[in-house]
Amino acid sequence: MDKNYDLPIDAALFPEGCTRCSLSKFLVWIAAVMAVFGWGLYAAYRVLAEGLGVTGLDDYFGFGLWITFDLAVIALGAGAFFTGLLRYILNIDPLKNIINLTVIVGFLCYSGAMLVLVLDVGQPLRAWFGYWHANVHSMLTEVIFCITCYCLVLVIEYVPLILEQKQLNRNKLVHAIAHNFHLMMPLFAGIGAFLSTFHQGSLGGMYGVLFARPYIARDGFFIWPWTFFLYVLSAVGSGPVFTVLVCTIMEKMSGKQLVSWEIKSLMGKIAGTMLTVYMVFKLADTWAWANDILPRSGLTFDQVFYGWIYGKWLLWAELFACGVLPAIILIVPSTRNNRALFYTAAILDCIGVTINRYVMTVQALAAPVMPFDSWETYAPNWAEWGASAMIMAYAALILSLSYRYLPVFPQEVKLNK
Amino acid sequence: MSSFKEFKIKWGMAIDLDKCTGCGACMVACQAENNIAPQPDASNKLKSLNWLVVYELTNGKPFPEHEVAYLPRPCMQCGKPSCVSVCPVIATDKNEEGGIVSQVYPRCIGCRYCMASCPYHARYFNWFDPTWPEGMDKTLTPDVSVRPRGVVEKCSFCHHRFMQAKDKARVEGRDPNALNDGDYVTSCTEACPNGAIVFGDVNNPAHKVHDLVKGKYAFRLLERLGTDPQVYYISRREWVRRLGDNYLENEKVKG
Repeated sequence: MDKNYDLPIDAALFPEGCTRCSLSKFLVWIAAVMAVFGWGLYAAYRVLAEGLGVTGLDDYFGFGLWITFDLAVIALGAGAFFTGLLRYILNIDPLKNIINLTVIVGFLCYSGAMLVLVLDVGQPLRAWFGYWHANVHSMLTEVIFCITCYCLVLVIEYVPLILEQKQLNRNKLVHAIAHNFHLMMPLFAGIGAFLSTFHQGSLGGMYGVLFARPYIARDGFFIWPWTFFLYVLSAVGSGPVFTVLVCTIMEKMSGKQLVSWEIKSLMGKIAGTMLTVYMVFKLADTWAWANDILPRSGLTFDQVFYGWIYGKWLLWAELFACGVLPAIILIVPSTRNNRALFYTAAILDCIGVTINRYVMTVQALAAPVMPFDSWETYAPNWAEWGASAMIMAYAALILSLSYRYLPVFPQEVKLNK
Repeated sequence: MSSFKEFKIKWGMAIDLDKCTGCGACMVACQAENNIAPQPDASNKLKSLNWLVVYELTNGKPFPEHEVAYLPRPCMQCGKPSCVSVCPVIATDKNEEGGIVSQVYPRCIGCRYCMASCPYHARYFNWFDPTWPEGMDKTLTPDVSVRPRGVVEKCSFCHHRFMQAKDKARVEGRDPNALNDGDYVTSCTEACPNGAIVFGDVNNPAHKVHDLVKGKYAFRLLERLGTDPQVYYISRREWVRRLGDNYLENEKVKG
């Protein structure tokens, strides 16, 4: 058989009918990614070897960039469970064209968050205590259980995609396993939706139950503070468009169209609908917090903001510029189908949920509760940025390898003919 | 919020802020008693360990009306501790007769969720490995365990002294659950030169603290948040009491 020597050297591994850049070009990109990864790995080594004293965290800010990063990526990774729920349980068939990417992005967000947590806990070797000595009253226990279990579900969802790699799939056993995994996928999508809903909620609940911290304390329903429900809604209101943004970045980098506009628009419609529901409840929650919880604690609205760094602009930005505005753009068909407006709304939506996780994590700890205490400010240092960059590099690496070698996008061949 | 036990004995403190001069003897005594390692560089006060901190309070007025008060802040050993229910691994608990909130160092995973929950900043994290200058390790209190890097610690009301007092009572044939006033006191109580800190069982009428906490000028920090602290403060000065909690402009201070 004649060989085409113009093709990249690893062309036999590419998905059926797809073209990719040369291996050398790909390796230059991977080298750049690995340089960032190496910097992060050094930061991680310093943290594990010398302790958390090398970070910018302190006794006022026990939670900082890493927890914000974790909460944000877990919210943005919600595209995986929610799209899975819609595709496999509610049978919204067109979503099959982006479901693989949502699974990979979800897996990266969750596994990345867990890697950061290894650094963030003071005694990582005791991480298993969360299972062994579980405190059933703690929202964090539920987070530990659900995040680890859901990460396993995401691995199970990712495995068939790997097994469908062109060369691997030639093996009959591998082919049969991949096929059977697919048949079981609705079951895992259901388990994933259950686990993910609960821990997205528990992450919010974690803050809402802090009754002695008026900035984040919330009333609620039964054992769940309102933040429990708000976190679920904000995650499903932003996760789907985050996946679309990741897809678009991949399209820009590869120079190919990977998912049709109709699918992106559908994801935007789903996120926009959920974001709208979320914003209704978030605005109501903010109003109740300012008019009930704060005065009940002896505080005024003005007292829980400070200077520029923890100013009211963050709240207004979160609620309106990055909340109401993208919600309107995404639910109105004419604005949603204007690509510039669509992407602007998607970016604002993701920024909004990140601001929310940031203020709930950092500003909540910066705000003094004792009247004679002072506002403190927090800035992450190189070790925290480095470790976070390591996770981004890890995500870029896995996404790059997945795109190059795995059949991630069912529409790719058709869209690029 | 999960429910918490009620105790027959409730160890508590009454700190008279009008007697406190802010000398810091309580802080020093606490550090020595509880094996808190000296740090090579303790200039960052948000990364250095003090189970008990003395805060300076001012009435905010210019001279000659300017006044100051000093407020020692140990762990409040809250009746409804915000830290206990949040700990994912039950490394902190309020389960022993006496109502002292425990901290189990070998159990703590160092997640710092308890620190985030505590509005008093009574919890501290071991950001660095504890090291004692040569020879100083000989001064360690034998009954107090040292803590490794990566775990949270806090004031225990000198719990080892509670154990010692109970042992002494047993040896002397007395009931260890009916200690006399003064049988068990914390090191800060003992070190205060002005007798500003009074320690005992707030439920026992035979203990001096019992009456002090019921006084007209007694208050607790951030009472309205519902943490139910076992540490009480006393001040005859209204502005000091006002700084004990958050009040809206039109709200009156008790006492």
